[in-house]
Amino acid sequence: MKEIVRGAAVIILVSAILLFVNAKLNEGGGSGGKNTITVYNWGEYIDPDLLKQFEQETGIKVIYETFDSNEGMMGKIEQGGTSYDISMPSEYMVEMMTEKDLLLPLDYSKIPNVKNIDPYFLDLPFDPGNEYSLPYFWGTVGIAFNPTLLDGQTFESWDKLWDPSLTQQVVLVDSARETIGMGLNSLGYSLNSTNLDELRQATDKLKKLSPNVKAVIGDEVTQLMVNGEAAISLTWSGQAADMMYENEDIDYIVPEEGSNLWFDNMVIPRTASNIEGAHAFINFMLDAEVAAQNADYVGYSTPNMAALEFMDPEVIEDERFYPDEETRSHLEVYRNLGLEMLGHYNELFLEFKMDMK
Amino acid sequence: MNKRLLRPLYTVPYTAWIILFVVAPIALILYYSFFDLTGHFTFDNYKNFFTSVYLKLTISSFWYAFLITLFSLLFAYPTAYFLTKTKHKQLWLLLIIIPSWINLLLKTYAFIGLFGLYGPVNAFLEVMGIGQQQLLFTDFSFVFVSVYIFIPFMILPIFNALDKLNPTLIDASRDLGANAWTTFRRVVWPLTLHGVKSGIQVVFIPALSLFMITRLIAGNKVITLGTAIEQQFLVTQNWGMGSTIAVFLILFMFIIMLITSGSERGTTTNGKIK
Amino acid sequence: MGKLSKLPKLYLAVVFIILYAPIFYLIFYSFNSGGGMSNFESFTLEHYAAVFDDTRLIIILINTIVVALLSALLSTAIGVLGAIAIMYMRNKAMRSAVLSLNNILIVSPDVIIGASFLILFTMVGIKLGFASVLISHIAFSIPIVVIMVLPKLQEMSPSLIDAALDLGATKKDILRRVIIPFIKPGIFAGFFLALTYSLDDFAVTFFVTGNGFSTLSVEIYSMARAGITLTINALSGLIFIVTVILVVGYYAISRKAKSPLSGVRR
Repeated sequence: MKEIVRGAAVIILVSAILLFVNAKLNEGGGSGGKNTITVYNWGEYIDPDLLKQFEQETGIKVIYETFDSNEGMMGKIEQGGTSYDISMPSEYMVEMMTEKDLLLPLDYSKIPNVKNIDPYFLDLPFDPGNEYSLPYFWGTVGIAFNPTLLDGQTFESWDKLWDPSLTQQVVLVDSARETIGMGLNSLGYSLNSTNLDELRQATDKLKKLSPNVKAVIGDEVTQLMVNGEAAISLTWSGQAADMMYENEDIDYIVPEEGSNLWFDNMVIPRTASNIEGAHAFINFMLDAEVAAQNADYVGYSTPNMAALEFMDPEVIEDERFYPDEETRSHLEVYRNLGLEMLGHYNELFLEFKMDMK
Repeated sequence: MNKRLLRPLYTVPYTAWIILFVVAPIALILYYSFFDLTGHFTFDNYKNFFTSVYLKLTISSFWYAFLITLFSLLFAYPTAYFLTKTKHKQLWLLLIIIPSWINLLLKTYAFIGLFGLYGPVNAFLEVMGIGQQQLLFTDFSFVFVSVYIFIPFMILPIFNALDKLNPTLIDASRDLGANAWTTFRRVVWPLTLHGVKSGIQVVFIPALSLFMITRLIAGNKVITLGTAIEQQFLVTQNWGMGSTIAVFLILFMFIIMLITSGSERGTTTNGKIK
Repeated sequence: MGKLSKLPKLYLAVVFIILYAPIFYLIFYSFNSGGGMSNFESFTLEHYAAVFDDTRLIIILINTIVVALLSALLSTAIGVLGAIAIMYMRNKAMRSAVLSLNNILIVSPDVIIGASFLILFTMVGIKLGFASVLISHIAFSIPIVVIMVLPKLQEMSPSLIDAALDLGATKKDILRRVIIPFIKPGIFAGFFLALTYSLDDFAVTFFVTGNGFSTLSVEIYSMARAGITLTINALSGLIFIVTVILVVGYYAISRKAKSPLSGVRR
């Protein structure tokens, strides 16, 4: 009994000391005040030096929180409890959040730097007139592959994945829209198809891919590609860039039948308490030099036209990550198809996954 | 013992916990399970559960949970037994738990590296002359990593049961001419049964709803009810269906508890003579 | 105390090697000057330097430790009382019903627990942050404590308590001097596994946290998309080494304090 009481006392003491240390470290912090903004972003998706620079320039303190999925993020914002001032949803999530009335319209008089954005990436169907969102990073969906592990196969067409020589070589991504979408693209259908017959055909075609499928996974694919475990993967361009950064053998291609064009966007959730500060943050992130530095840190493609001149020319001339207009014209942005359709996509995807074995 | 040992005051926190954090959420889940995507009252979710997809998922969840529990027990029992015989057993026991304090996702990434085609395990197999094997995304690696995660939960209660086992009981049994196996089966095993049962409960029940590992280590070649619920809640946003699956999971758990507690009688009091 | 022969020693050695293999793998790559957990390029300590540079990360680490310690402590206290209450329930059906309720949080996937706790907290009006995370961690750790303590209670012979009662012990005495010492191993097991639950949890914490409060696992999981940095490996390496030193050190000190003769013991 004595031992237990002593143990409990030690724990309480240690916790108290740690809390004190934390308070010291956090000095000047304090949340919810006028001069703070809470930024909600994916992990490792911003150069932390820029946050410091922003704090110095504006005197607004940044509280930074992270999420690991669009849906989880939306759930948190919908339920409230924290006044997030900035969030970074993907394009389909912008649409969903708009529908649920979770976003505040942007005040462009406070975002002069919007002029830096390539007009090609503005006024897209998921947010007409950019009423609620501005693009943060963008990219494509394509095939990352390691030529040193393959006998000269290339993937200018999705159909090449079905090649019988690729048994157990292909890694797919655990996301219904991307994987079913690949089936749709390979058949020449729209990525936003709601035609049940087309979806059925796509699923049946995917099932034929099963012998070639090594696994259906998520972000871990980077590691698998880098260490040579997997030779081919369906992946986002940003992740492909991460792979190539670590393993120079890897190549990335967007098949010519077309693919997805994705965006992560800056938005101001309805829960925001410092709307002024949120606008200042968006404007800051759109500054040409800031955007260039951030793109360099994160390694994704920036929609910021003005930033390009501050970047390594080798990077921006890389057609794989800054594709030409011809390639872009084959790309399609996801639309929010509604929950019922989303459910249908997921059901078909589950059917495919269960069929795999 | 017919007088109440604890004054009601002491049980308040626990009772409050049950009401607030168990009964209330369950009520919520039950409530959600009767609504469809558009917010209309429906029994469809329950009907849907009885389609082949979810039945298959249920069977596969149970099968893998069974395998994971079985192998955890198989490896944990001897470990716990030998641990009780070591000189610094409390220290060794703690050293069994410490790895579980390092972030699971990181350890899983480490396993992806370890089990990779060019990882150390395959290098070892190569040296042994077995040759390179595809380890990731197989049932083997899935069960292995799951057992890795759960084994401390199995070892601890078994260790606790074995630790206080009176050595004279074993001596007595041996003196009476019983061989090692009989001694184990007749003396040691029954006395550690409570510990084993606890271990089984804390491994089997969460193993039913395992997810994450199914994707990272099994590449979605293993799909469990936990995965399905996660998908329904997060991706499809179909809280109704997700809740319905959860209701069934809870039902299954109740059944398991019923079965394991049914056979409890009889072994309760013949334990310790201090 | 029997001595272990060769084979069991070998078996234990294998078990420990497997348990620690992924951790050493992590630590090994924390010295990698390359970007990730493969292709070891050259030795560097930069990731360790990065840990100490990153105040935010250190704050998060401290949050994680405080939540883990306090939630384990409180859930152990509540769980032990709960287990005793369950054990001495007169009604058998009632007892198994409560026990089943107890296990619901273990079987429920984290997403559900997280989502329903979030709804609960926002309904009651608890500010999301340290308090909500701590309460949630206490809540999902209680069942494991109960399950760890119960077998010890069941093993306890009722005659022990009867004897104590006959000797005129009060209920308080019985609790303090008979029951608690007997179930102590169960209490410790519950405490340490509650620590595990707390440190491992991602999904529940993700849902119930807010206002800038974050824990290590939320941070790590949300890094997955853009790639987990080796800073996290370095941090985990440090945590691991400090933990082992603390545990071994504490053990050595408490041994010395308790039995000065332990040096001679074989």
